[in-house]
Amino acid sequence: MVSIQNLHKKFGKNEVLSGVDLNINKGGIFAVLGPNGSGKTTLIKCVLGMVIPDKGNIDVLGENIKKGSNYRHKIDYLPQIANFPSNLRVKELIKMIKDLRGNTTIDEQLIDLFKLTPFLDKKLGNLSGGTKQKVNIVLTFMFDSPLVILDEPTSGLDPISLIRLKDLIQAEKAKGKTILITSHIMSFVEEVSDEIVFLLEGKIYFKGSISELKTKTKQPDFEHAIASILTNNHA
Amino acid sequence: MLKILKYSFYDLMRSRWSYVYFAFYLLLGIVLLFLNNDLSKAVITLMNVIIVLVPLIGTIFGVMYYYNSKEFTELLLAQPLKRSSIFLGQYLGVALSLSMSLILGLGIPFVFYGLFKSSAIWDFSLLLITGVFLTLIFTALAFNIALSNENKIKGFGYAILLWLFLAIIYDGIFLMTLIMFEDYPLDKLSLFGTMLNPIDLSRTLILLKLDISALLGYTGAVFKQFFGTNFGLVVSFATLVLWVVLPILRIVFKSKKKDF
Amino acid sequence: MKKQLVFLVVILMAFSSYAQNIEVCNTCEISTLKKAITIAKDFDTIIVKKGTYKEHNIIIDKPLTIIGKNYPVIDGELKGEIITIVSDNVTVDGLFIINVGTSYTEDYAAIRVRRSKHFVIQNLVLEKLFFGIYLEKSSYGKVYHNKIIGDAVEEYNSGNGIQLWYSNHIEIEHNYVEHVRDGIYLEFSDDCLIKNNVSALNLRYGLHFMFSNNDEYCDNTFENNGAGVAVMFSKKIKMTNNTFKENWGTASYGMLLKEINDAEIIGNTFEENTIGINIEGSNRITYKNNNFINNGWAIKVRGACYTNSFIENNFLYNSFDISYNSNVNDNIFDRNYWSNYTGYDLDKDGVGDVPYRPVKLFSYIVNRTPETIILLRSLFIDIIDFSEKVSPVFTPDNLLDNNPLIKKITW
Repeated sequence: MVSIQNLHKKFGKNEVLSGVDLNINKGGIFAVLGPNGSGKTTLIKCVLGMVIPDKGNIDVLGENIKKGSNYRHKIDYLPQIANFPSNLRVKELIKMIKDLRGNTTIDEQLIDLFKLTPFLDKKLGNLSGGTKQKVNIVLTFMFDSPLVILDEPTSGLDPISLIRLKDLIQAEKAKGKTILITSHIMSFVEEVSDEIVFLLEGKIYFKGSISELKTKTKQPDFEHAIASILTNNHA
Repeated sequence: MLKILKYSFYDLMRSRWSYVYFAFYLLLGIVLLFLNNDLSKAVITLMNVIIVLVPLIGTIFGVMYYYNSKEFTELLLAQPLKRSSIFLGQYLGVALSLSMSLILGLGIPFVFYGLFKSSAIWDFSLLLITGVFLTLIFTALAFNIALSNENKIKGFGYAILLWLFLAIIYDGIFLMTLIMFEDYPLDKLSLFGTMLNPIDLSRTLILLKLDISALLGYTGAVFKQFFGTNFGLVVSFATLVLWVVLPILRIVFKSKKKDF
Repeated sequence: MKKQLVFLVVILMAFSSYAQNIEVCNTCEISTLKKAITIAKDFDTIIVKKGTYKEHNIIIDKPLTIIGKNYPVIDGELKGEIITIVSDNVTVDGLFIINVGTSYTEDYAAIRVRRSKHFVIQNLVLEKLFFGIYLEKSSYGKVYHNKIIGDAVEEYNSGNGIQLWYSNHIEIEHNYVEHVRDGIYLEFSDDCLIKNNVSALNLRYGLHFMFSNNDEYCDNTFENNGAGVAVMFSKKIKMTNNTFKENWGTASYGMLLKEINDAEIIGNTFEENTIGINIEGSNRITYKNNNFINNGWAIKVRGACYTNSFIENNFLYNSFDISYNSNVNDNIFDRNYWSNYTGYDLDKDGVGDVPYRPVKLFSYIVNRTPETIILLRSLFIDIIDFSEKVSPVFTPDNLLDNNPLIKKITW
């Protein structure tokens, strides 16, 4: 699905990615973790073509991303902060994204799922953060693409919506999709993810399942396992 | 690109600022024409407004729109769209909505005043054309500034500085240079200096209409050819087009290289 | 008493019986104008029928009336002067005179009047000429309704349309002159009236005065000439209700005044000239009720001008209203309307409450460095003009219109 070779990226003097190699060949849920500034978002943005790497190669579904923008038809992306043109109405935004990407009918189910119907005629500028995030989720999942990238999907969501989101993610996984998630909420990661990709100092420090991570770090639970990686490396 | 243009345009057409801008020109047009009742004087005042205000609004609006729609731009970037079409679409959206506010805001009162029957229609059309050019140029320059500066405050600062420089400081330096080298033939230098500043260029274009009698008082042969024939008009317009195209090319180039 | 009356009647009868008509035509017994003049007696009328007469050096040496019917053509074949009048009381009417010879040593004219009085020259059409109508030491004549169309290209080898030299009390009315050097030229000619003429597209001046006093010109139009009117070294000239238009170019003026004293300039319109009026060394002139519209410079003062007064004129949309090359001023500006005036009139008496300063700093700068004209109407220039207005340094600080009018003046 996604194959990354020898990825390098510098922002000024700050080397964020220094030789990342990553291959994801099967469906499932992959959590990209790492301390602040470890390059999680940069990695994702490289895949999306939003950050242009200094060196290295990325293929998505067998297509080199440098070749054009069409490969993004196969990616659904949920950005971290969703801020939309404040003068557009929710309905119009959905219509617009459909206009840009192609038609779909899944949006109606999703709107029902997140109870967004009363907000459809409101202007995006007048929505609360949580509601905006729900709109964001609708926009992401309405296209049923084989690769889904979620950047901090839980922010601002109420507990009920959170449960619906988790169900949604599991349902997508069941369709055989590949789902990439970054999150700070460890419990959420532990609950949904099949595999962990741990980034440290611009490289992949660990890739494998949570149980493998626990074995490697000799820690009884996931949170401590993560913490021990960080303390060992910073000591 | 056209889709992005359409949505940016809709978005802006609904924003409060477009209406404020439109209302300002409408009011200006009405005050100039119906309170003053002197078309020639109105055209001269309008020229001063267009030369100074249109670039200012273009730069500020351009920078503001870019920074405000940054997250939305990121959303678009993740869609299967070409980068150049995203930014060109947004740029044209801003530039066209500003141009429309200008044309409608000034045009409506003038049409009601009976512009089509008046001989000032050419002066007035020239004013609007240069106004549109200035909008296109300064919005493009604003996008360039914003694309090169992540920091919003810095971006705004540079935008204001750019305007201040081209609208006032440049002419000051220009004047000093001409006076300092007054013993040398200066007509080529002065025309060249004019071409380098889109505000001066537009001003010259309007001078060709309003003050041709004074311009022809100067002896230099190059001046005479420039102002006395259509040569000046053609060269000025060509350079204005260049002033639009170059910043747009830089937008395309810069946006391809930029990380978000 | 009775005797005297009888004598008068006899004389009159004698005259009328002797005054007869002579006809000239191509097929007549008398087929040239020259021959007709030779056989004519004093006060005869010669009628020239339609046709072409190839003649030059026609000398009219007795009081005759020559009338052309349907514009007969007198073709000088470029051989020299065509008609010369050397007698008093001559009338020439209705001829089409072409092909005057050009010379660098002699001023050949289509028609010349030399040392004669009481002549009338009217309804002539002159083409392909060197000088048109040349009045030399002649007086009390009339020049009416003539059309002079030259083809002058360069100043040094072309002549003037109507030229007066030491000729007084001449009336020049309703003539049309174009494409010559000076449309109308007066040298040492006093007490003339120039009225209702149109002088256009001439190489040098539409109308030109040199050392001529007490003349008056009114209701004329001067358009597209090298310069409209040049008035030089003359006194007491009256200039009223003329129009000066589109005199464009480097040294181009609607009107040029040089060493002129005690003149009146009233009710004229100066429109779209590079310089409306250019003034040098001229004193005690009254400028009243003139319109200055869309000129580059409405009035350019080049020093040594004293006690002139500019009263109740309209200054409309000129690039510069007044330009001075010094900061001394002895002229009065009062009760004019200035379209560039930005003051207010709180007491609503029609007079602005703040004085208007018609000389801008920028006009001073342009005088010094002409190329800076390209910065006209720039915001920076407006700013420095404003600071000069607040505290004048380079421009005369007493040059003010203390009563600028709020509304355009009509009269």
